[in-house]
Amino acid sequence: MNSQAGKFKPGDRVTVKLEDRPGHIRTPWYIRGKTGWIERVYGDFLNPESLAYGRDGLPKRTLYLVAFNQADVWDRTAGPTDKVLVDIYEHWLDRTQ
Amino acid sequence: MARGHHDIGGLPGAGAIDQSEHQLSDWEILADAVNQALGARGIKRTDEMRRAREEMDSETYRDMTYYERWIASIETILIEKKILTKDEIDRRLGEFEKEWGEP
Amino acid sequence: MSDTPADAHGHEHPKHELSHYAKRIYAIRDLLVEKGVLTEKDIQCQVEYQEARSPANGSKLVAHAWVDSAFKARLIADPKAACAEMGIDAAAVNEFVILENTEKVRHMVVCTLCSCYPRPILGRPPDWYKSFNYRQRAVVDPRGVMREFGLDLPDDVEVRVHDSTADIRYLVLPLRPKGTEGHSEADLAQLVTRDSMIGVTDALPTIPE
Repeated sequence: MNSQAGKFKPGDRVTVKLEDRPGHIRTPWYIRGKTGWIERVYGDFLNPESLAYGRDGLPKRTLYLVAFNQADVWDRTAGPTDKVLVDIYEHWLDRTQ
Repeated sequence: MARGHHDIGGLPGAGAIDQSEHQLSDWEILADAVNQALGARGIKRTDEMRRAREEMDSETYRDMTYYERWIASIETILIEKKILTKDEIDRRLGEFEKEWGEP
Repeated sequence: MSDTPADAHGHEHPKHELSHYAKRIYAIRDLLVEKGVLTEKDIQCQVEYQEARSPANGSKLVAHAWVDSAFKARLIADPKAACAEMGIDAAAVNEFVILENTEKVRHMVVCTLCSCYPRPILGRPPDWYKSFNYRQRAVVDPRGVMREFGLDLPDDVEVRVHDSTADIRYLVLPLRPKGTEGHSEADLAQLVTRDSMIGVTDALPTIPE
């Protein structure tokens, strides 16, 4: 697994797009619109949104491990430092200040 | 479009987790093996199977057991790829049911 | 045309009692073999492959990592290579990441969208991992889930829940229990339960009776 030259690097703050797109999407609803940070860059993978319809999955998309404070995702939360981490493709992420 | 019936992370109303486990039936082992074999032969991708499950109607999705959903999506994808037809499957199943006897 | 269950050693039901879809897989299999899409051998190979996979593989990895810190470093840096070192075939995993628990951090893994699981290492997931209740609750109430499995963590421990939404497969490396310094590797492996490698519990404190 190598770190490809994707748009984001570890530590960058990102917000998951708050969008409702048709088709096979691997960005869970609960994380859309939420702001977190890049934890790891996993590299480039074939796009499941395309593979799911028998297409070739190209161009590849950069996949990131994105971390979120639980307190920023849910109204109620238990542990104050708890996190939720989701594997998200670059085209679902916007840079945030 | 809205939230898919499979996209359930964080939805309220979930109860205690049933930790009991069941030994797999023959048909479940077979479903698992056919699924993996189709993947190994490059005939279908896991992404296609997931999409087929997501396209099921939500009541069917919730009512079926785990491997029943796999079998339904195997069938959907094989028909979509014109490898089998629904008629063929129905006919072969009818022949088997005669052999197996009526419930 | 045959429905010989020679390929399965599971729980036998009289076939006429099976549900609609359960019956259908026999017809589908028969047609696929008849048309040469799959062979019986293809199917049998998968049955055997799956049977060879169990949490024992993961327990072996973890126990070895506990006793050998250089191996642990290799396991974290390149999990597939470390598996190969131990004779565990992890080739089928696209990408594989180890999540190391510490006194102050615990990890838990779920696939909210379906049931992705490190099958090449651990075998099939337990029913509860695939259940709607686990998929719904794990991301929002991991501590509640852990309590159901017997693990109650104080607030100063950080809980990190991973939602396995892509091709990365996660394995939790549980904390080595206290007081196990003298244990053999084989004994240590007995403490490493499947559930501790998913992250809903810690490893067992003592060897089960």
